[in-house]
Amino acid sequence: MIETLKRLQRPSSPAPSGSGTGRERTTKPVALFAKILALGTVVGSAAALTPALVATGRWGFLAAIWVIAGVLLLTYITGRGVPAKYLVPGTLLLVVFLVYPIVMTFQMSTTNFGDGTRTSKEETISQIIGASVVQSPDSPRYNLSVATEGNPTTGPFAFLLVEPKSGAVFLGTPDDGLQELEPADVTVAGGFVTEADGYELLTPQEVNNASEALKEFAVPTDRGAIRQLGIRQAFEGASPLKYDETRDVIANTATGVDYTPVKQGDREYFVDAEGKRLSDQSWLANVGFANYLRVFSDPRISGDFLQIFAWTFIFATVSVAGTFLLGLGLATALNDPRIKGQRFYRAILILPYAIPGFIALLVWSSFWNKDFGLINNSLGLDLNWLGDPFLAKAAILLTNFWMGFPYMFLVCTGALQAIPADLKEASRIDGASGFLGFRKITFPLLLVTVAPLLVSTFAFNFNNFNAIYLLTEGGPFDPANPTAGATDILISYTYRLAFGGQGAQLGFAAAVSVLLFVLTGIIAAIQFRFTRTLEEVN
Amino acid sequence: MSRIQGALAVTATAMLLLTGCGNATEANQPATSSPAAAGSTAAPERADADLVIWTDNLKADPVRAFAEDFAADNGISVAVQVVSGEFQTALVTANAAGNGPDVFTGAHDMIGNLVQNGAIDPLQLAPDQLKGYTETAVKAVTYNESVYALPYGIETLGLFRNTSIAPEAPATLEDAFAKGQEAVAAQKAEVPFSLPQGNSGDAYHMQPLYTSMGGYLFGATAQGDPNPSDLGVGGEGSVAAARKIHELGESGTGVLKRSISVDNSISLFAEGKAPYLVAGPWALNQVEKAGIPFEVTPIPGFAGQAAAQPFAGVQGFFVASNGKNEAFAHEFVENAMNTEEGMAQMFEGAKLPPTMTSVREKIAGQNPAIETFASAAESAQPMPAIPEMAAVFAPLGQAFAAIVGGAEPESTMRAAGETIAAAIGK
Repeated sequence: MIETLKRLQRPSSPAPSGSGTGRERTTKPVALFAKILALGTVVGSAAALTPALVATGRWGFLAAIWVIAGVLLLTYITGRGVPAKYLVPGTLLLVVFLVYPIVMTFQMSTTNFGDGTRTSKEETISQIIGASVVQSPDSPRYNLSVATEGNPTTGPFAFLLVEPKSGAVFLGTPDDGLQELEPADVTVAGGFVTEADGYELLTPQEVNNASEALKEFAVPTDRGAIRQLGIRQAFEGASPLKYDETRDVIANTATGVDYTPVKQGDREYFVDAEGKRLSDQSWLANVGFANYLRVFSDPRISGDFLQIFAWTFIFATVSVAGTFLLGLGLATALNDPRIKGQRFYRAILILPYAIPGFIALLVWSSFWNKDFGLINNSLGLDLNWLGDPFLAKAAILLTNFWMGFPYMFLVCTGALQAIPADLKEASRIDGASGFLGFRKITFPLLLVTVAPLLVSTFAFNFNNFNAIYLLTEGGPFDPANPTAGATDILISYTYRLAFGGQGAQLGFAAAVSVLLFVLTGIIAAIQFRFTRTLEEVN
Repeated sequence: MSRIQGALAVTATAMLLLTGCGNATEANQPATSSPAAAGSTAAPERADADLVIWTDNLKADPVRAFAEDFAADNGISVAVQVVSGEFQTALVTANAAGNGPDVFTGAHDMIGNLVQNGAIDPLQLAPDQLKGYTETAVKAVTYNESVYALPYGIETLGLFRNTSIAPEAPATLEDAFAKGQEAVAAQKAEVPFSLPQGNSGDAYHMQPLYTSMGGYLFGATAQGDPNPSDLGVGGEGSVAAARKIHELGESGTGVLKRSISVDNSISLFAEGKAPYLVAGPWALNQVEKAGIPFEVTPIPGFAGQAAAQPFAGVQGFFVASNGKNEAFAHEFVENAMNTEEGMAQMFEGAKLPPTMTSVREKIAGQNPAIETFASAAESAQPMPAIPEMAAVFAPLGQAFAAIVGGAEPESTMRAAGETIAAAIGK
């Protein structure tokens, strides 16, 4: 791994002479073939996806896919527009993986999508009514055979029913209701109708396939309707609830109570005159910027925001600074040719990087345990690491150092090896001490390479959900404020707000993510500005 | 050229920023960091079969064995898929997208949230069919007067006791604590009592102590359903419980510790370091494997106080609302599984106290620990299935953790009550 890195980081030497133009010419047919293959794959994939997208009516996706295919074709088929050839892939990836998710997230942030509002109003009504169907008292369970006079998938269907106790056989249809059949007209075996004149009986597989149609199929009776249950049974049941479309009201025909949609908070419910909900189920609706307003107006959120923002900033800054200094120190030490067994040490130092972060964090979480943890036991301490706000922060930072320094070590090792040795030699000849040489020459040169990575690591740690959640879950919590923990960073805090207390509130969470995205973007932009000045100096 | 470079740099940095949040190579952590991704990774791709069942690791074998018989009888194909992690989130998302299962197993306390999300269909089980099941189980799976799951097992907390350290079953919690502390003083154990709390607290495991001192979460409506407008957290009983927990906590006798969490509570007991453990039937396997002499008894109450009432969690079979094979799903749950044979098979595999009374009678005397859990479950209170419960566990647990750590009990408990009330009020 290090060897590869060395090779990559070594300043590129001029290409061996004589290979330039000749090679280009010979690779041309291959390149052409590759181009045809790639573009063919693009068009082919678009064509292959088309029927499915048409069938599901996803016109937006369909248009997008063909636009992408068209853009790729136009760019690469012609010889013109050379810059576009380099820009198009990046731009496409930018749109697909950055712009599109952000647009989707923003769209979701203007809705009340979440637990209780995942369905449309239409579905909600049908589910509320469906859930209220109860078996009529004292009604029998019928043995059911589903039959058809026409087609087993589209119908028309009929129920052939056997009353298990009396053995009486009935024919049930939505139009004519329940009619008793003469035993001579049908063959009954094992309590089920197995043959009937003029009807074709459905196999279990066919009954299952016809589920959609059979869901609506009900044989009206005096006490409700006979409906299918599973494959072989039917029950008589009724729902007291009816939806009146013109008045937009669900009426309970048994009690005479009307339930009208009333807005409560950011969602609507069917409630009676006294405000009692018929069901906790609401439906998806647009709420405009209500979620954003909530972030700023909810005292629970704005009250804790500054304190958590400050800790988030400290956490990210100290994490980056700590891992960088640790990594740089080790890289510089190991870069000294006088050290023996460099490769061995380097391999050892990268080990933490090789352990999946998820597992490492869980293991560290148990290391910090006050009574049974490795840290206290091996150091003879009695510190409540994860139970004390200050110590918990220290524990998180220390763990993050351990997890992050191998990355910085790798980066710095590479960067150090890219700095020409003659520069150092020259400075030594000029009489600079080792440290002065490092400070004046090595470090500034190194920073040019490493600075953008520091910025991205900062952005990563700014939203480092795992480190917080797997170690402390944001805790310990101040007893007076169980929503904001001492080690919560913005992302773990909003996660708890959005998913913790009141079930998933995805619309609200999306609004918070958009805000976090903007915030991270602004901070990164400022940092990149700073990085650029660094480059100009050098 | 420089403009291209600039654009490429913008693109690259933007990608870096975004992917940096979730990508291993860019920054110092390999795991995903977005909570949404963390929550949704558990769902498998829906298998292509005539009946798709989702379950967890512990129940996969018995469910598979039974489902394969069912498939053979009906000439269909069946797929049993193991879902780990955030089951509920995975299920709701997959079901809404049409990639969910036809049938799944789960605990009854999901019902409120699943109904609210339109993710499950009610079952048509006639009153005489439900007579075969214990009353607690039927009550637990009934929500808004509809039955939403076929119950097969019931879980509740019991008191595990290491009989070589504490031979006698304790009559009260004080008894157990005293014996535990004696054992620690005599260096026969490291901790007096293993009740998981952790730094974030655990309201589920604290519930027996909480109820014994008169605490409750929600009152009951006239029909016996939990009543969200009567919140017990912050009330008198809860404050009494908070004071007691404070006495037992780190600044008091030290019987309860935040350093014991669900991650280490069972192993502390199994390794013989704790004479008592509060846990459910899921701990049996690990404890039995450890080979220590133990006995399980119902958790006693505090001396002179009410009986301890842990939560009962009922495990059942659900029919998803958006499954592709509705007819087979209902057939499997309401007819095939709803038999003594099906229930017995589930018990054999999952080893949870059965909810079907006839199955329970058959296995009586075979496994005293299961028998204890089964009888403890009967007097336990089904965990409320209302969606409001989501707002209770975290703040109440955090309050417990703080009180165990030495925080002022009354104000802490009242603050938790206010937080929960604010969350429910929406």
